[in-house]
Amino acid sequence: MNVSTLTTVFAQGPVEAPAIDFAAVAPILIVFGGACLGVLVEAFFPRHTRWTWQVVLALLSIGTAGLAFGLYLREFTNPTTTLADRLAVDRPALFLWGTLIALALAAVLLIADRTIEPGGSFVAQAAVRAGSVQDHALNIAPGGTGPAGMRTEIFPLTLFALGGMMVFTAANDLLTMFIALEVLSLPLYLMCGLARRRRLLSQEAAVKYFLLGAFASAFFLYGLALLYGYAGSVKLTDIATATTAGDRSDTLLFVGLGLLVVGLMFKASVGPFHAWTPDVYQGAPTPVTAFMAACTKVAAFGAIVRVFHVAFQASSWEWRGVLWAIAIASMAIGAVLGLTQTDIKRMIAYSSIAHAGFLLVGALALTEEGRSATLFYLLAYGFTTLAVFGIISLVRDADGEATHLSQWAGLAKRSPVTAWVFTFLLLALAGIPLTSGFIGKFVVFTAAVQDGMAPLVVIALLMSAVAAFFYLRVVVLMFFSDPAPDGPTVTVPGVFTTVAITLGVLVTLLLGVYPAVALDWVGPGLAFAP
Amino acid sequence: MPVLGVTTTVAGPVIEAALAAPVHPAQQPPPADPATGLALYVPLVLLFVLAAGFAIFSVVIAPFVGPRRYNRAKLDAYECGIEPSPQPIVGGGRMPVAYYLTAMLFILFDIEMVFLYPFAVSADALGVFGLVEIALFIITVGFAYVYVWRRGGLDWN
Amino acid sequence: MTSGIAAQGPYFLAASPLPAEGIAQHAWLLIALPAFGAAVLLLGGRRTNAWGHLLGCATVLAAFGYGLALFLSAGAFGEAARVRELSLFSWIPVNALQVDFGLRLDPLSLVFVLLVTGVGALIHIYSIGYMAHDPNRRKFFAYLNLFVAAMLLLVLGNSFVSLYFGWEGVGLASYLLIAFWHHRPAAATAAKKAFLMNRVGDVGLALAIFIMFAQLGTTQYTEVFARAGEFSSAQLVALTLLILLGAAGKSGQFPLQAWLPDAMEGPTPVSALIHAATMVTAGVYLIARANPIYNLTADGRLAVMAIGAITLLLGAIIGCAYDDFKKVLAYSTVSQIGYMILAVGLGPFGYALGIMHLLTHGFFKAGLFLGAGSVMHGMNDEGNIRRLGGLWRYMPITFATWGLAYLALIGFPGLSGFFSKDAIIEAAFGQAGWRGWVFGGAALLGAGITAFYMTRLMLMVFFGKERWRELRTEDGREYHPHESPLVMTVPMILLALGSVGAGFFFAQGHRLTGYLAPSLGGLQEAHGPLPALAITGLTITLVALGALVAWLVVGRRPVPVERPERVSLPVRAARADLYANAVNETLVARTGTWLARALVFLDNRGVDGLVNGIAALLGGSSSRLRRLQTGFVRSYALSMLGGSVLVIAALMVVRFA
Repeated sequence: MNVSTLTTVFAQGPVEAPAIDFAAVAPILIVFGGACLGVLVEAFFPRHTRWTWQVVLALLSIGTAGLAFGLYLREFTNPTTTLADRLAVDRPALFLWGTLIALALAAVLLIADRTIEPGGSFVAQAAVRAGSVQDHALNIAPGGTGPAGMRTEIFPLTLFALGGMMVFTAANDLLTMFIALEVLSLPLYLMCGLARRRRLLSQEAAVKYFLLGAFASAFFLYGLALLYGYAGSVKLTDIATATTAGDRSDTLLFVGLGLLVVGLMFKASVGPFHAWTPDVYQGAPTPVTAFMAACTKVAAFGAIVRVFHVAFQASSWEWRGVLWAIAIASMAIGAVLGLTQTDIKRMIAYSSIAHAGFLLVGALALTEEGRSATLFYLLAYGFTTLAVFGIISLVRDADGEATHLSQWAGLAKRSPVTAWVFTFLLLALAGIPLTSGFIGKFVVFTAAVQDGMAPLVVIALLMSAVAAFFYLRVVVLMFFSDPAPDGPTVTVPGVFTTVAITLGVLVTLLLGVYPAVALDWVGPGLAFAP
Repeated sequence: MPVLGVTTTVAGPVIEAALAAPVHPAQQPPPADPATGLALYVPLVLLFVLAAGFAIFSVVIAPFVGPRRYNRAKLDAYECGIEPSPQPIVGGGRMPVAYYLTAMLFILFDIEMVFLYPFAVSADALGVFGLVEIALFIITVGFAYVYVWRRGGLDWN
Repeated sequence: MTSGIAAQGPYFLAASPLPAEGIAQHAWLLIALPAFGAAVLLLGGRRTNAWGHLLGCATVLAAFGYGLALFLSAGAFGEAARVRELSLFSWIPVNALQVDFGLRLDPLSLVFVLLVTGVGALIHIYSIGYMAHDPNRRKFFAYLNLFVAAMLLLVLGNSFVSLYFGWEGVGLASYLLIAFWHHRPAAATAAKKAFLMNRVGDVGLALAIFIMFAQLGTTQYTEVFARAGEFSSAQLVALTLLILLGAAGKSGQFPLQAWLPDAMEGPTPVSALIHAATMVTAGVYLIARANPIYNLTADGRLAVMAIGAITLLLGAIIGCAYDDFKKVLAYSTVSQIGYMILAVGLGPFGYALGIMHLLTHGFFKAGLFLGAGSVMHGMNDEGNIRRLGGLWRYMPITFATWGLAYLALIGFPGLSGFFSKDAIIEAAFGQAGWRGWVFGGAALLGAGITAFYMTRLMLMVFFGKERWRELRTEDGREYHPHESPLVMTVPMILLALGSVGAGFFFAQGHRLTGYLAPSLGGLQEAHGPLPALAITGLTITLVALGALVAWLVVGRRPVPVERPERVSLPVRAARADLYANAVNETLVARTGTWLARALVFLDNRGVDGLVNGIAALLGGSSSRLRRLQTGFVRSYALSMLGGSVLVIAALMVVRFA
């Protein structure tokens, strides 16, 4: 949209209403609709009934969105755009929508669980001091039938974030992308501050995330403005056309690209723009961390792949080297700093930074293979990390989650099943064969080598070896150490969490043993919308 | 550039862009010349310069031309018109949270309503489609309003 | 290069095999059924104790039934159409690299399916009786099912990688089953020994697969065989030797034979199924399967023949000296597999003969082992043949079935072994020049020695004085020999029938060799210096001579209960496994130890230093970098700003520098 089209809008004759492919955007509309209804539920339903309504509504919305998505998928043939070119409907977008819907469903299950932490992981009233009389009163349901106090706003917030993520991955121009970025970020900031336990840590995390997120958004917006100045359009394809023409100011292009990249990398927690990640992963309520770690990563890398592959493919010669450096930095920061972490949530946060580096390696392979490999990696990583946080939420002592690594010592003796499942997931994160993590790394590195990035892949392999060390450290700790006498217990999860963890583990196994199901999906013909 | 004078309300930039357009020489897509690409930003830069100039001018000129009659309130930090904290006498040194809540809500709804201006200006051109869109927008904002209202965000006590 | 390649022609140069149709589309069930049984039994825990063994038998029986149906339906196809592939799924379908997993249904694999499921089913049933009093019977059946599933994967897979999966699977099952009575130190040690020696062979096979993959980018049989010509001659020799190493490890061939006799520490049904009839023949299968590669290199085949000949003599000689029922049979197995390896080493002259001997051997050796198990079952697990004797009266069915299997093994005219072994001897004599004489002679001599040690076994167990009458078991019980229950004797009878009739059935009108032609190429007739009839006559004479000598040594004279210690040098050597363990000790273990010590030294000083250095470096930088994570938003924002400035500066430098 440039100045002249604005002029058309304001000054000239009637505008044509843009064609809307309702079948294609139905999943997004349903998710947002569900979120709005969730707000109304908050407004009109009595407190003790809200949880039930919200859970039903959230699951129903995501389920219906999945159904609409599936119905559309069967009829989908050619990549296209809708809503006046704002939204691309192509195979990458659809794959990411499917991934996001499935991951969000599992995340909502984790969020909804009230068996692990009585009353749920979320605070009833964040401003009330923990353990005070008011706090206690809020946690008792009317009639004294047990704990009920919980911020059920978390459900509409999750849906809003999910809708934003879906738009983010399909946005066909930078402005839509920016709006989607804000729509997905703002709920996340709030969600991070809602932990029932360790409230100050959680609220600190939320504020940090918000401040830094706003900072990063400003970078994105700045980059957007400069790129608009460069190409005269915010549409990705127009920017691509402009870069091939090559008769404009490269300063605008590269400064704009640099700022845009910073904004995107921040969301994807790629080092050196990762600083928020450990603090926020640690502070946020674990189900929210699971949602963030899985879905935000998918959305952010979906957008990164689209921006790189659609808009900047032609100019890649000049910027790819710099992005190499970012990928290396991210892998190194994640792998090396992960070594000395003592908190399991922080450790997984560093692992996610390292994984962001691996994902960036795939996203930098500007070929169809690179694209499909990155998408596959996202699917695999999303489910694994979701299940990892699901397990973390189970290991508890009197103070809530026992996240200090020393408390995990000898876990295999207390709860062998949990220890084995967690080991399997860690092996998947490390990329050991017969897990989805191996296939993901394999396809990503293969694509990168084929696109002439062999040195980067060598570094990536080294870094994954370093990272494997800290995963194995946890395994060794769980299996070969004696449990502390006052160590944590493993809570038997309720149905919701069990389903979510099982789903994550099964997908991790399935994609490791029979990755063809997903690889076929992201296989040849993964074209972006024109 | 007479256009620059039109910066009136909060909605300034948007309307400005809209009004700036008719007098802009190029009605076509931006020319391929890189210099012209940057030239688009000249009004913006001018605006910056003007704003900065005004701020510096105000700060610099005030001590010279203003009368100097101090009292206690004038020497306090400026905090939106109310007396700044701590106030040992009223409320035990605390600020009423409701104040911030109301102020925040005002800003949120205010900014959302700003969208109505561009719609109103070009309602003719946008037609039924525009009407439906803005109705949807108002309904969505209505959800938020209902939430605030039902959950006691508007109660002072 | 020999004329052998020509014989392969129509089958291997033909385009890709036909897709599987009809009932063959569900061939994955063959593997899935026993795998399902194993999974249920292992995961179900004690709840399945009551009916676990029945499920175990049922899955294998069902697999056998299905395999039989497949076999019969495939028989209807013409010769060229008998090779079918069932593509199950592509594992990693990334453009350049396609790792497909599928099943290959051809005569060779179908024959193995029938052998594994058929003999497997019989031995499952036999085990119901044999393991009736074992508290861990369910686990035993779970492992047996696991073994059958892995073995079927081994023979049905359509690539070397899936074969390798099955290969490791049977290795695991074998390890678990040898150590089934792991409270016995001997069993635990034997399992470890088997595991380690198998690893040596596995490394060979793995390296061979790497070479294939490096050269051709695929391990699919069809691809590898069609493009086998792309290997350089050095690669071919390396491939054949490495595959041979793998085969030697799994099949107990020289120099990796020592684990097999020790493996008899496992329950007898395991010895019969895994360490006689099926798993140990995987090496033969491997070489026969890789025949298009072996066809290309005469040197590789020579190595195979040499290993086969050495092993068959070695096994037979050692077999003469042992007094342990099952160990004699184990060395007999080593020796007989030597025959098979020798046969497949003959190339197009012998692939099918090796498989034929493998099948007949599967019948009579399983029968011999089950008979041995039956004897031990009735004799308080007594395995020392010096303490047995005269048992034919007490165990008539066992005696009759064992006797038939015995006759089949030594090559009594008309029985199974006669047809299959005689054919190998003949083909070996048919080799050109000195090879014919050397390998044919070895095979002939081996037949004579076989007759000796088997007759010795027969006489000492079933005939002669009832030496057990005056003896007590170690815990002081008397011996009360009795016939085994029906559930054990019926499988033995069925196997005995096979021992009698299978050879004639297979050899009749070249039925088996012709059937196998689509997999192995047509069998070429060897024409040696001696007429076939003369070789047959010679063989029968030598066999009779061996049996006669045995009768002279142990049949005519009383057998001492205690093993005489003052014996001649050859006997002493044979008793010491022809010093195989000593050789292993010196060559492998001791050098290995030295090597290990040297490595440990290097490791401590060099590698560990390096590793520790790196670890310290990483850990150190990690703790130092950790301090950057101060927790202050301002410093985070600063780091982001710094990063952004760097990124933009770098972009500018790249662009404008």
